[in-house]
Order: sequence, then C-alpha cells, then structure tokens
Amino acid sequence: MQKPIGITSKLLFQLPILISVLGVFYEKNSGTGSDTPPLSASFFQQSLPPVSGFNSFSDTTLLPSSFGFGRPATQAEIDKLDIDVRPDGKGLPTGSGISSRGKLIFDAKCVACHGAGGIGGPNGSLVTTTADAKEKRPEKTIGNYWPYATTVFDYIRRAMPFNAPGSLTNEEVYHLTAYLLNANKLIDEKTVIDAKSLPKVVMPAQKLFIPDDRKGGPEVK
Amino acid sequence: MKNKLIQISQFTEKISRRKLLGGAATAAVAIVQTANGQTIQKAIPQAALADDDPTKKMGIPPGEIGTRSSFEKLIKDPSATSSRSPLQDIYGTITPSDLHFERNHGGVPAIDPNKHELLIHGLVEKPLIFKVADLKRFPSVSRIAFLECSGNFRSGKEALRPQDICGLTSQSEWTGVKLSTIFREAGVKPNATWFLAEGGDATVMTRSIPVKKGWDDAILAYAQNGEALRPEQGYPVRLFLPGWEGNTSVKWLRRLELSDQPFMTREETSKYTEGVNGKVRQFSFDMDARSIITYPSYPQHVEKGWIEIRGIAWSGRGKVVKVEVSTDAGKSWHSANLQDPILDKAHTVFRHLWQWKGEETEILSRVTDETGYVQPTLKQLVEARGETVGYHFNPITAWQIKRDGSVLFKPETFR
Ligand code: HEC
Repeated sequence: MQKPIGITSKLLFQLPILISVLGVFYEKNSGTGSDTPPLSASFFQQSLPPVSGFNSFSDTTLLPSSFGFGRPATQAEIDKLDIDVRPDGKGLPTGSGISSRGKLIFDAKCVACHGAGGIGGPNGSLVTTTADAKEKRPEKTIGNYWPYATTVFDYIRRAMPFNAPGSLTNEEVYHLTAYLLNANKLIDEKTVIDAKSLPKVVMPAQKLFIPDDRKGGPEVK
Repeated sequence: MKNKLIQISQFTEKISRRKLLGGAATAAVAIVQTANGQTIQKAIPQAALADDDPTKKMGIPPGEIGTRSSFEKLIKDPSATSSRSPLQDIYGTITPSDLHFERNHGGVPAIDPNKHELLIHGLVEKPLIFKVADLKRFPSVSRIAFLECSGNFRSGKEALRPQDICGLTSQSEWTGVKLSTIFREAGVKPNATWFLAEGGDATVMTRSIPVKKGWDDAILAYAQNGEALRPEQGYPVRLFLPGWEGNTSVKWLRRLELSDQPFMTREETSKYTEGVNGKVRQFSFDMDARSIITYPSYPQHVEKGWIEIRGIAWSGRGKVVKVEVSTDAGKSWHSANLQDPILDKAHTVFRHLWQWKGEETEILSRVTDETGYVQPTLKQLVEARGETVGYHFNPITAWQIKRDGSVLFKPETFR
C-alpha cells in the first residue's frame, strides 16, 4: 500500500507546475472558438515553407513540420487514379474519335436511357432540340448549357453508362464525345476529336458562366 | 438451429419462437443469438406487442446495440436520388446518424476500410498515400455543423412536411483530421489555388474546391456522432466543408489533386449551377441563411391555447443572430428565443410561445445571420434572380393554420 501514496504525494508535488502549464494553455486558447481554425488561412496563403523541427502556431499545440504518416505515392500509383481532364486538355489520353463511330456505340449502350439521337430519354436529353421550345423551357443539354467540351469526355469516362460505369475504353469515349458534340451541332461530322482538338471546341454556353458574387450582408442575390 | 433471444425492443410473454419467425407485419426488431453464437436481427410481428403492465414483467436484459422504440416511426422517405431527414420529428439540433439526409449520384459503395486509400498529389512537394488508419493518427478535430444540399427547396402543394420542403439538411458532430494538416504534410505549393476532391463511388464524384477553403476549415472526416461514418455518409472517409453546399463535401474520398485552376467537372458546370438574370452562376458554395418552423407544421394538428412554435435556423456564413416569428401572416414579427449553444454554421433551435385563439392565420419564421443577411421571401429571390427554379433557394416558409387546427404548407407560385 506504499505505492499509491507515493504516486499521490508525487502528484501533489507536481500540481503547481501542472496548474501553471494548464494556465498558459487556457490563456492561449481563450478566444479560439471551435470555428476558428488554429492554423490561420492568411498564414498559409503565403505558404511559408515549414522550418525543420517544430513550428508554433496560433493555438497551443506545437506541430511538427511532418508527422511522417502515410507513404510516398509512386508515379505509377498516381497514373492509375489520375483520370481527370481539365479544360485546357491536361489529362486527355492518346486516341481519337469520330461521330459516325460514336453513333454506333451510343445506339448500343446509351439510347435506352438518353433517347434516340440523345433526345427525350428517361434519364434526360443530351442533345439540344428546338422541337418543343415553345411549349416549355428547353432542357439543359451539352449544346445549350455545358461550358467546356472536355467535361463531356471526363464525365462519360468516369460515370457512364450509368449501369456499367468505367466499362468504356478511351477510344470509345472519344467516339461518343465526337458523336454528342456533332449531334449538338458544335462540330461537323468529319471532325476528329482527340487531345488536341477537344479543348478547342467552342461551347456557346461558356460566355454565360459567371462566378458566384454572393457575399452575405443585406443584399438578396 | 436454436436461437437464443438476447434483446427485443418490446417484450412480452406472448412472444414465442414461432411468432418471431412468423410472417405477420413487422412491429419491432429483436436481437437474437443463434446456436453457434452469432448475433442476428429478427423481426417481431405486430401481434407480439401487447399492452400489458410493464411494471409486472421482467424487462429485457441489456443488449449489444440500442434500439429505437417501435412506436417511433422515423423514416427518411427515399426517392431514386435522395432521402430526406424527417425534420418535423427531430428534437434539438443533432440529426440521428441513420436519419441524416442522403444524396448520391451512383448509389452507396461498399468500401473495405483496410483497403481504402487516399492519394494527395498534383502541386505538392510530396505526393502521399494514406490508409484510413494513417489519417486517424494525425491530430484530430471535432465540429458540430450542418450539411445541406443546395437543391433543397420544394413547393407546389399544401400537403408538404418540413421533410419534403427542405429535408436535405442535417446536422452532426464530425470528427476527423483538418485538411490543413494533410496539406502541410504533403507540402502544398504556393501556386496551388484549387484542388480536386474525388470519391470512390460508381460516379467517381468530383468537385473543384478553392485551396483557401482547405486551409480555412475543411475536415477529412472519418467519424460522425461518435462512431465511424455511416456508409451513406461516405464511409470510411469524406471531405467535410462547413457551410458549403453538400455536394462539395465529397464522400468516399479517394483522391485530392492540387492544381492552379478549377477542373470544370460535370457537377460544377451542368449541375450545381443556377440561372441568374440570363447568366449561369457557378461555384456558389456558401449556403445562404435559412429557417423553418418544424412545429407546428403539416401534417400536425394544433389545439386552441398555448403553442410553443419551434424550428431550426442556420447559415453557411456564420452564426445565427436573430430569428423572428410572425403569427399574423407577416404583418408583425417577434424575436424568438435561441437555444444555446449558437454555433458557427450550425442548425440553431428557436422557440416562440404563442396563444392561438382559433382564428385562421399563417405562421412564418425568418433568420438573420451575423453578416446581416435576412432570409428573403420567395418573391424577393425570384425578383433578384429572374428565375423561379434552381439551386440555392432558401425562402421564408409559411404555414397556414386552419380553423379546425390543421396545418398546411403555403405554396407560392410565380407565372
Ligand atoms: C441505365 C441508364 C443509363 C445509361 C445506359 C446511360 N446513362 Fe447517361 N445518365 C444516366 C443518368 C441517371 C444520368 C444522371 C446522373 C446524375 O445526375 O448523377 C446520366 C447522365 C449522363 C450525362 C450528363 C447529362 C447532363 O446534362 O449532366 C451524360 C453526358 C451521359 N449520361 C452520357 C451517357 C452516355 C454517353 C451513355 C452510353 C455510353 C450513357 N449516358 C448511358 C443514365 C444512363
């Protein structure tokens, strides 16, 4: 029964030190609500490179410049997952497509959900039509609403066909992209779509897009 | 094989094994142990529930997991693309995890947390891959905040519940690692202005997010309300962006790519953009302030006398500073009581005591947030945008109180 007493007296001895340390912690912490990120945004906007050893931040914790958790990603590992395509064409694979080949694939794999010629299917039109423009507001399509042609390739490759995602080859996706752009009268039927030509396709809706300008405050936007 | 009953949510002597396995309508779920020690769930039929005096019977022993009383019918009411939180049945501000709204674009994936990895690459010093277990070793953070889909407004008929009108908002305590911690670990380069967040679901969901949000308050969340994320909420790890439209909080997160420009994915061009005066507004991340009275609301009935009007208010831009309630169809407004704690970017409960004398009237609520934004009427929104539909509709919601005590939504129509 000696041990617990020993520990207690040791604790008692250390208590003033503990309290003083905690006191500092509380002082530093006050005013830092749960909503305030301890690592301030402005600090990192300047992106100061972390110095070696320890960096001290606006909260109480001393964060090491690196924890060393996780492992370095190899280029092969990155390439396996890095499937996105940017508006400037970065990320587009080799290969090419034409509309006539795309129509064959579309009729086999897409028509059930998106309608003949990409119009009026149960899962939405992909092609602009003026047929019913007078009756109701026109459906949003690649032709009248999409601001970048590269998104057509990126989205079909990652998500379509809906019931068999990821099943198309890059070549098939190029053909389908060419078909949908041609059906929307954005390219003619002879245009070959590849990594060079796709980013250059002019999308009429692009000029309509504006970044969000709501800022809070009394104005309703 | 003999099953040993270890827990049922309603217990009476009348339950026999035959009844447990019977085909009658299910009234509750029992936890039973099979002969080989497996714990499984069995349905209890309606007929097995009796109204016997519970003080005259042994109750059920402690169980492995809790159950919801079979008298409580809380359902999310799913459609093909989403299922909505039953706001009219929820108390306080925390949404039970199984009632958190769901919106996905290609179903809920089944992901093994031991196999799942998160890659961060692009404009970083060190491209890194983290296992879920790696993410959990970093300093953690917890935060209570709402999550709302920006397509969260329905109207058109009187028979709509809060769940139907705006049930695509829910609130949880999210726990994870700050994205800023991971940014530091990978060494995000100064010229990185956007990052792509990509999910590992069937649509391989992608959104471009300004890097500033990542440094500010983004969380890589692996837990919700004290337990691991629910599969529907992004198990095993999701992005959580406080105050921003729900779609940006990409679930089942598998990849982060730092870039010097947005990627213009389908979800930030064809979808989640809204027409505004002939233009298309894009990257409208912040959720505008909103409130709704959840009691009384459709399909509830009220009686003459004192009624505590209750509801929730929230803003994606900060704290709620005021909620006003009108009980005379918007002619006069009273400041409602706000329940502490009033958290940043979080559902906040408001209450207002009202004596109903039986007259036909309308009750409404409107919130003001700390930026001075006042929740608009639908008319104000339509006038400001020149559009009657679209994302980010947060109008004042009015409930009609009829003489017979029935409560109906007041749909407003334009054109
Ligand atoms: C089983 C039905 C189905 C099939 C087959 C299908 N799709 Fe889809 N498609 C959908 C659904 C559902 C959506 C909407 C998904 C969402 O909103 O998340 C969609 C969306 C799209 C979109 C985006 C539309 C927009 O305006 O945002 C494109 C482009 C598309 N599909 C192309 C294709 C192509 C090309 C094929 C054939 C390879 C195909 N789809 C096959 C169901 C299908």
